[in-house]
Amino acid sequence: MSTKTDATSTVPAQREVGGTPPRKPVKEQRFADGGGILNVFSHGFLALWALMIVGPLIWIVLGSFKTNAQIGGSAWAWPSHWHFDAFSRAWSKGIGSFFANTVIVLAGSLTLTMLLGAMAAYVLARYEFRGNRVIYYFFVAGAMFPVYLALVPLFFMVKNLGQVLPWLGLNQYAGLILVYTAYSLPFTVFFLYSFFRSLPTAVHEAAMIDGCSHTRAFFQVMVPMAKSGLISVLIFNVLGQWNQYLLPVTLMQQQSGTDPDRSMLAQGLMNLAVQSGYASDFPGLFAGMTIAMLPVLVVYLSFQKQVQAGLTSATLK
Amino acid sequence: MRHRKYPFIVGFLIVPVVLYVVLVIWPYLQTFGYSLTDWSGASQKMNFIGLRNYAKLFGDNVFISAVGHNLLLLLVLPVATILLALFFAFMLNVGGRSGTGGVQGVRGAAFYKIIFFFPQVLSVAILSVLFQGVYRTDQGGLLNGILVKLGLEDAGHPWQWLADPDLGLWCVTGVLIWSGVGFYLVLFSAAMQSVPKDIYEAALLDGAKRAQTFFKITLPLLWETIQTAWVYLAIAAMDAFALVSTMTPGAYYGGGPDHHSEIMATYLMRNFITFGKAGYACAMGVVIFFITLILSVVSLRVTRREKIEF
Repeated sequence: MSTKTDATSTVPAQREVGGTPPRKPVKEQRFADGGGILNVFSHGFLALWALMIVGPLIWIVLGSFKTNAQIGGSAWAWPSHWHFDAFSRAWSKGIGSFFANTVIVLAGSLTLTMLLGAMAAYVLARYEFRGNRVIYYFFVAGAMFPVYLALVPLFFMVKNLGQVLPWLGLNQYAGLILVYTAYSLPFTVFFLYSFFRSLPTAVHEAAMIDGCSHTRAFFQVMVPMAKSGLISVLIFNVLGQWNQYLLPVTLMQQQSGTDPDRSMLAQGLMNLAVQSGYASDFPGLFAGMTIAMLPVLVVYLSFQKQVQAGLTSATLK
Repeated sequence: MRHRKYPFIVGFLIVPVVLYVVLVIWPYLQTFGYSLTDWSGASQKMNFIGLRNYAKLFGDNVFISAVGHNLLLLLVLPVATILLALFFAFMLNVGGRSGTGGVQGVRGAAFYKIIFFFPQVLSVAILSVLFQGVYRTDQGGLLNGILVKLGLEDAGHPWQWLADPDLGLWCVTGVLIWSGVGFYLVLFSAAMQSVPKDIYEAALLDGAKRAQTFFKITLPLLWETIQTAWVYLAIAAMDAFALVSTMTPGAYYGGGPDHHSEIMATYLMRNFITFGKAGYACAMGVVIFFITLILSVVSLRVTRREKIEF
């Protein structure tokens, strides 16, 4: 849109069409109902909702500086001291390791999801072979079913896998990585399939004529060309897997007292909140949440345009 | 070159397909089989009992009320979220003072979008703990604190929010709406921005009022996006497990007080993990599947309209 406007604005005769600044205020162009009152009205609602979003978050951050008594006493109490001891308490209760667990699993599952998803989508989109349609619809169908349908057998599947290959079982990083990947594949394949179809064939054909192998053509020609689509679906998967709760709660349970706690961040934070961890330490809990929120906030603010664009385009496909 | 095509295809497809079949498709199919048994999950022993699990489900009052709660969510969540998101999106894109530049959004639209969208990237655990603080039953809770400050409630008898049988589910619905509106706002905004401005300007020249442009132009042109949003929200309403299981009271996986906020997913998890009724839980999974299936078919049929090209 914007490039179009720029292009027309260089041609003086077309200036009126482009809607560029030099246009004079014309009465007829206003809404028939003016707009002044509605403008105040709309700003009021928007500001109110913004306050409803930001308010609770700031309240939590402030809470991590309060004492337990202050938090229970009144919601409006201002923190009386600005020490960071609640943060170190939260960290020592495992927030750090939950973070590490989540990063390990997400690093593995996102790499696998993107790689396997792109490979499958590419072959299905660009090659004709027997069974192509069957496999494609197989993948698409998976996106429609609720996870609950698979939950019970999945649990026993992973448990049994663990008896054969211990590193794949319950409460193992590799097991959860494979499960995350498998359940992210339907949407990833579905989205990238239509994306690969929309790409022009000429570059790819030229590479093939120059003696490029199929595999090399994929990695060196198609993947760079599909970058924008890959980023969209990556953002979608990052958020989806970051917010995953049901699968880790089912699959990442400690198998014995000596089994290390490999909780994901969401799961670990929740366990601490529900169980004894923070029974009488609300500042510590709030500090833990602040620690968990900060990196997300930083990443979101730096990439908010891409995040919003990626998520909307991934949803609309 | 042709002879190298098939090894390549197989090489690229084999890993994703095997992974997908083993961990997704096979468990989906197994669920149907297990739902016909009395399997406890603890041992390999299971007996085929036909449809008895399903018969039991229809007589299980807790499950029936859980279905009711899911259907209630299904009604309230999409309607409230879509209306709010549409309202805000219209304000941000067309609601501005229309003095000089024709149709435009309010000032600071980009800023509002950044803030509204933020809950979408927060993990569900943070949402849950955050709102447990907001809904606290003493004066330390944000909501009760505000109400007391405004003099709307007696500090001696604060609202019981999550522990109140009539309020618990609504509190969770509120959180779902709070966190979801921003995303759908951005979705609708993107769709609105792809509507050419001259359509609006032509309507304005013809003397259209703001409400008219909304109902006659924006809404029909956005119909397809709204339909997508509807399907996504319906799926969210069928789930809602993470928030209900952690925010509402109850010994295992929430659902309290006294099953007043029970949903199908929490009841399924309790039967499976806590009560060791794997077969019974599978039957619930199948019911959830069929309800989801019916819903998607119905919503796609009902909302089908002619596509408008522009």
